[in-house]
Amino acid sequence: MTSWRWRLAREAAWLAVVRAWPVALGVASYGVVFGILARQTGLSGAQSLLMSAAVFAGSSQFVALELWGMPLPVFTIVVTTLVVNLRHVLMGAALAPHLEGMPRGGRWLAVFFVADENWALTMAALAQRPRAGAEFAAGYLVGGGLLFYLSWLASTWAGLACGGMVRDPAAWGLDFAFTAAFIALLVLFWRGRGDLLPWLVAAVVALMASRLIPGKWYILLGGLAGSLAGAFSPREPDHGEKRS
Amino acid sequence: MSQQWAALAAILGMGTVTYLTRIAGVLILSRVRLSPGLKRWLEQIPGAVIMSIVAPAVLATGPAEALGGLAALATAVTTRSLPLAMVAGVGVVYLARSLLA
Repeated sequence: MTSWRWRLAREAAWLAVVRAWPVALGVASYGVVFGILARQTGLSGAQSLLMSAAVFAGSSQFVALELWGMPLPVFTIVVTTLVVNLRHVLMGAALAPHLEGMPRGGRWLAVFFVADENWALTMAALAQRPRAGAEFAAGYLVGGGLLFYLSWLASTWAGLACGGMVRDPAAWGLDFAFTAAFIALLVLFWRGRGDLLPWLVAAVVALMASRLIPGKWYILLGGLAGSLAGAFSPREPDHGEKRS
Repeated sequence: MSQQWAALAAILGMGTVTYLTRIAGVLILSRVRLSPGLKRWLEQIPGAVIMSIVAPAVLATGPAEALGGLAALATAVTTRSLPLAMVAGVGVVYLARSLLA
């Protein structure tokens, strides 16, 4: 068992910061939007900041705002957050072999920074360095992660400050800001025709459930139905190949 | 006051389950191989959940929302920018509501 080499981890963290800062600016634009919408939803500034600090996963936080209402459906919010963030399991599994040999406490800390953009940047950096050790992987993940974390908190706070300035959001069409943001997220999530069937199933089930069932259960029902349809649908054999 | 506690419980609950999703992959799945079907299911969840939010909001609310949704979609596809898509969607909803009301 070799000892943990801090110097390597620090160098990797710095590399990550240099690579990640333009992406962090993009993440910050989401954070501002989150802060504005959180204020519009009626969360206090402290609650919004605490959510960004404790959850640190954008799309699930947007979904939670959508579910927010009085009385607060705590169980629905927590279960839906779990479902939306299940994709982290996949990311952690891909990352796991690279963290082998790292002290357990450090590993528990480092995985907190598994978030979409940071994970993708880390995996890309690891793909370019097949011989990099756990020090590099963890340093890169935590270095980029800290940058994303700070920009997520700062931009949430900036959005809260902006959101307080509008008195009656619906009068300006601002209640539609949520839906518009989700539409843009969908476009960014689109990976090809394989998404068509699950999304269609999700839309149809959500539309029907929203008519038939009170509350916001239609989000979870549509999401489960659509994603299961995607998992069980036959995949074209030439998936990933370009047709000429 | 009880609403404050409910909000705190929701936020801390969200944080806890989200951390569990982060550590689960490293703890369990580094030893067990993920089946392709399970992998595809996990990959499809975020898009399907977001579609479930969008569909009723755009298709079952009113003509202004439908037009705004179309504008946001077109802007997102052409510019791939979240803030621009929001500006387009909100702007069209505002105009359509004032004109159609």
